[in-house]
Amino acid sequence: MTMTEAAAGETTAVVEARKLGLTFQTNDGPVQALTGVDLTIGKGEFVSFIGPSGCGKTTFLRVIADLEKPTEGTISVNGMSPEQARERRAYGYVFQAAALFPWRTIAKNVALPLEIMGVPAAEQKARIARVMDLVNLTGFEKKYPWQLSGGMQQRASIARALAFDADLLLMDEPFGALDEIVRDHLNKQLLELWARTDKTICFVTHSIPEAVYLSTRIVVMSPRPGRVTDVIESTLPRERPLHIRESAEFLAIAHRVRDGLHAGHGYED
Amino acid sequence: MDRARDKIVPVLTILAGLVVVWYVAAVLLNAPFQRDLDRRAGETPDTIEFIAKTLSQPKPTMPAPHQVAENFFENTFLRKITSNRSLVYHAWVTLSSTLLGFAFGTALGIVIAVGIVHVQALDRSLMPWIIASQTIPILAIAPMVVVVFAAVGITGIVPKSLISTYLSFFPVAVGMVKGLRSPEFMHLDLMHTYNASASQLFWKLRVPASVPFLFASMKVAVAASLVGAIVAELPTGAVAGIGSKLLAASYYSQTIDMWSALVAGSIVAALLVTLVGLAGRLVDRSMGARPA
Repeated sequence: MTMTEAAAGETTAVVEARKLGLTFQTNDGPVQALTGVDLTIGKGEFVSFIGPSGCGKTTFLRVIADLEKPTEGTISVNGMSPEQARERRAYGYVFQAAALFPWRTIAKNVALPLEIMGVPAAEQKARIARVMDLVNLTGFEKKYPWQLSGGMQQRASIARALAFDADLLLMDEPFGALDEIVRDHLNKQLLELWARTDKTICFVTHSIPEAVYLSTRIVVMSPRPGRVTDVIESTLPRERPLHIRESAEFLAIAHRVRDGLHAGHGYED
Repeated sequence: MDRARDKIVPVLTILAGLVVVWYVAAVLLNAPFQRDLDRRAGETPDTIEFIAKTLSQPKPTMPAPHQVAENFFENTFLRKITSNRSLVYHAWVTLSSTLLGFAFGTALGIVIAVGIVHVQALDRSLMPWIIASQTIPILAIAPMVVVVFAAVGITGIVPKSLISTYLSFFPVAVGMVKGLRSPEFMHLDLMHTYNASASQLFWKLRVPASVPFLFASMKVAVAASLVGAIVAELPTGAVAGIGSKLLAASYYSQTIDMWSALVAGSIVAALLVTLVGLAGRLVDRSMGARPA
């Protein structure tokens, strides 16, 4: 029995990576984007990936999403290969930018995956209304993306990822381009949303406070070659008001994350 | 309102400048012949009289603006539009062939672009030929096209409009290849995460993304179509159209007629480009573009 089949037996593992590696062939020779990644993500977890640029955190997310193929090791998503999981629309992906289609209204953008998946029109309508409410965008259905602020656009893109009810949400620095006030606000909303929907979330960030505030588990990564250097279980309660970020417990976890980043020599040279 | 004025004032200034230059040129270019005439008639007009005469010759080397304007007005508004001296009639003949050729050309350009974007073999093999096709002088091809089609019994508007097609498919093909390839990686990845089929990717992402490119290249294509239609009328013995009017007028040295035919052609061209631009703006607006 292979590892993948074993994982399929357990109902709790959403993502399971074993000795996962990915080497890009570039003009300057091979680049090891990921090497030796062993990680299991359980159902309902909120896992953050943090590390400096080039540590492979986005690459790992893209491997889960079947946007990149690993060159070593195994990975399963919901007990299947990432490709099978993608074909079954197992996850919603939120990119660094909102990536809304400028020629579609917000509601039409949210409807895009539903149209592609052949959801009947009446149900599309109900689902759009539900996810627009989840991200607090009710009333903006008929607006075009350029009429919305950056934060609202990113919320619309989260609504789009939620629209088809995948249990797994992959988020690649979704708030990286937003200012801190908007980011705080969206972090809080994201936590509320996670609490309400019981989804599994993989979240890439390079902000330590963001990672600590959001996650049940923090995966610290380091570059050249991209690898996991530390996995930190958060001891914070699930209920997290914004001011929890000033608590000693929060700062202790943040400190450990920072230590992990330094140990990976990520910020030298 | 202010924006309109910002546009109109510079355009009118340039126009006034051009008219002045035109008058000066007309006097200078027509002067030698007028001097010759006066010498033979034994007249010695003063300067004012002389200038007036250079601007009112029946077959001047360079017609004065008011002569062209008068001729244009007469042949546009005072003739029945069925008369073969009417510029409206000639413009219509050229316009109909332009539009047919433009429609063919746009369709052909789009089909070629779709092929190039989706079939790698076409991408490598077709583009050099398409570029080469535009280096062949159109005047050399036009008579051959007409003769070949006449030999198989096809005459009239179709062979003529094919010349327009030949010129107009190129900008559309090039623009659409660029347009269909314009979606960002992120949008392509997004469609991939939805496991979208190739046709969904095409219709929901590539086509809408290419629309602005389509209209930009259609603007170029419609002007090229008109040139094609006029050129097609020159060597093919056409009896009607702006091109045939130009040719006939040049046979008989009716320079004023030539110039007013040129003016008619320019007006048709300006109208066509404006219309395509307007259509593009409307489509843009309906696709939610930010008003400029």
